[in-house]
Amino acid sequence: MYYNEHMETASRDELERIQLERLQATVRRMYDNVGFYRRRMEEQGVVPEDIKTLSDITKLPFMSKIDLRDNYPFGTFAVQKTEIVRLHASSGTTGKPIVAGYTRHDLEMWSDCVARGLSAVGVTADDIVQVAYGYGLFTGGMGVHYGIERLGATVLPISAGNTKKQIMMMQDLGTTVLACTPSYALVLGEAIRDMGIDPETIKLRVGVFGAEPWTEGIRKEIEALLHIKAYDIYGLTESVGPGVAMECKEACDGLHIWEDCFIPEIVDPDTGEPLPDGQIGELVITTINKEGMPTVRFRTHDLTYIHKEPCVCGRTHRRLHRLMGRTDDMLIIRGVNVFPSQVESAIVGIEGIAPRYLLVVDRVHNLDTLEVQVELLPTLVYDEVRKMEALRAKVQKSIEQVLGLSVSVRLMPPNSIERAEGKSKHIKDNRKLD
Amino acid sequence: MYNYVKQISAFLPNKQGTLTGFTQLLADNSLDLMALSLADTTNFGIARAIFKEYDKALAVLQQAGYTASITPVLAVGVPDCPGGLNKVLQILNRENLSIEYIYNFVHTVDDQAVLICRVDDGDKAVDELQKAGVKLFDRSELQ
Repeated sequence: MYYNEHMETASRDELERIQLERLQATVRRMYDNVGFYRRRMEEQGVVPEDIKTLSDITKLPFMSKIDLRDNYPFGTFAVQKTEIVRLHASSGTTGKPIVAGYTRHDLEMWSDCVARGLSAVGVTADDIVQVAYGYGLFTGGMGVHYGIERLGATVLPISAGNTKKQIMMMQDLGTTVLACTPSYALVLGEAIRDMGIDPETIKLRVGVFGAEPWTEGIRKEIEALLHIKAYDIYGLTESVGPGVAMECKEACDGLHIWEDCFIPEIVDPDTGEPLPDGQIGELVITTINKEGMPTVRFRTHDLTYIHKEPCVCGRTHRRLHRLMGRTDDMLIIRGVNVFPSQVESAIVGIEGIAPRYLLVVDRVHNLDTLEVQVELLPTLVYDEVRKMEALRAKVQKSIEQVLGLSVSVRLMPPNSIERAEGKSKHIKDNRKLD
Repeated sequence: MYNYVKQISAFLPNKQGTLTGFTQLLADNSLDLMALSLADTTNFGIARAIFKEYDKALAVLQQAGYTASITPVLAVGVPDCPGGLNKVLQILNRENLSIEYIYNFVHTVDDQAVLICRVDDGDKAVDELQKAGVKLFDRSELQ
């Protein structure tokens, strides 16, 4: 079912006409209002008038998380602050988060994208949607929330956690749709099984899962546990939040990216050169229907490709393949973005601790766990367990404050952690993703 | 003026073979261990040890990659008879001194048991114990 049939099935010609018009307007606004991007364009010798066709997009400079961090908090906003009605934030590459600002128009556009996606997987006004994404600075909870209301379905904003209560509400209220991270869906499914509840007595029929990488194997597992159809939703704070792209129930193969709002490109992660549809590379997104904080040619660091074939569902917006990995060292742990450099910034300067660390990621009972191993300096050791434990707790608290995620910390002897030559040395990811 | 005994404290990760690695290192360097105590959590352990040559021990451990440091502790002489330890602890308790940890020497010295003792206020403990006639062994007396 279409939410906005005209737009979702518009001819490629019409879509591309809309894209060009909106791209030109976006570039003009960036040039006029966002100092850092104007300088970037000047350095590259490009002016807004140079964007005459869609393929001219490659003349524009890229944007990255680092640009957003360097212009923290409001330096990439393209409107007056009075026009901003909401702020969200996601992890940056260091201790500082990335702040995203939305105008009323942006929130409407976002809700519209989510409503289209929900509609594409068969959610209607008759459904009760339990939103078990976290609410708050994270875009997951509120992003999906307003899309549900926009669609006219009933939203249950229960937020993440408290598994028993989630299940009770599911049973008592007759929830039909679940929105959360895939790993939390597994936790819920296993809890239902372990409590001896027959999934058939629960009315759930559809799941909308995203904010972390998952696989076809996990999809099958969730579907078997909860007796539902599970669908993938994609988004990122820098573009807007969840809802940038969504699977459809007809194909269930690739995520339609709403091309009247976002221009996707796939580029070679090393050279930045554009790659044709069908080839795997780094996803780059330009927001063309956003006022508050447009991002032009934003490097997502997500690896995927664009499907060449039109979709059986009739939507003309192209499909991104399910995400295939990252080009950087970002980890997604329980839906939270984590960069090793953030951990480094959290432990630097703590007395007795060397700036050497290893992140050990695991999945225990379907929940991601993060252990941070930090090295002691050779000279400091407390003779009392109490003080040593206090040092460990101090490191833990410092890391948790920066990451916004609970971690365990293990103190290690000097020189026991392999020296990091490449970035991957900071990470040991034991999670099995097929 | 009491000459504190110098204890070596070393960090040990809680992993199989760690302690053996530690004792092997001591053996290889002919370090004479006079007292040893281990404190452990699920995460890590701390070895506390008294050596004849504490400065050599510290250098050996640090060179071998251990986190180690020196802590001043008391070596209290305790009569080797019932009630001997109680007498010492009663004095500390009366003066509101807290004991962080306690362990004992492998050998007796001058027919007395030697108790390695870390007290929150070491100087006050020295005063009170000496006033009460308790023998405190100097570093030199233990070598």
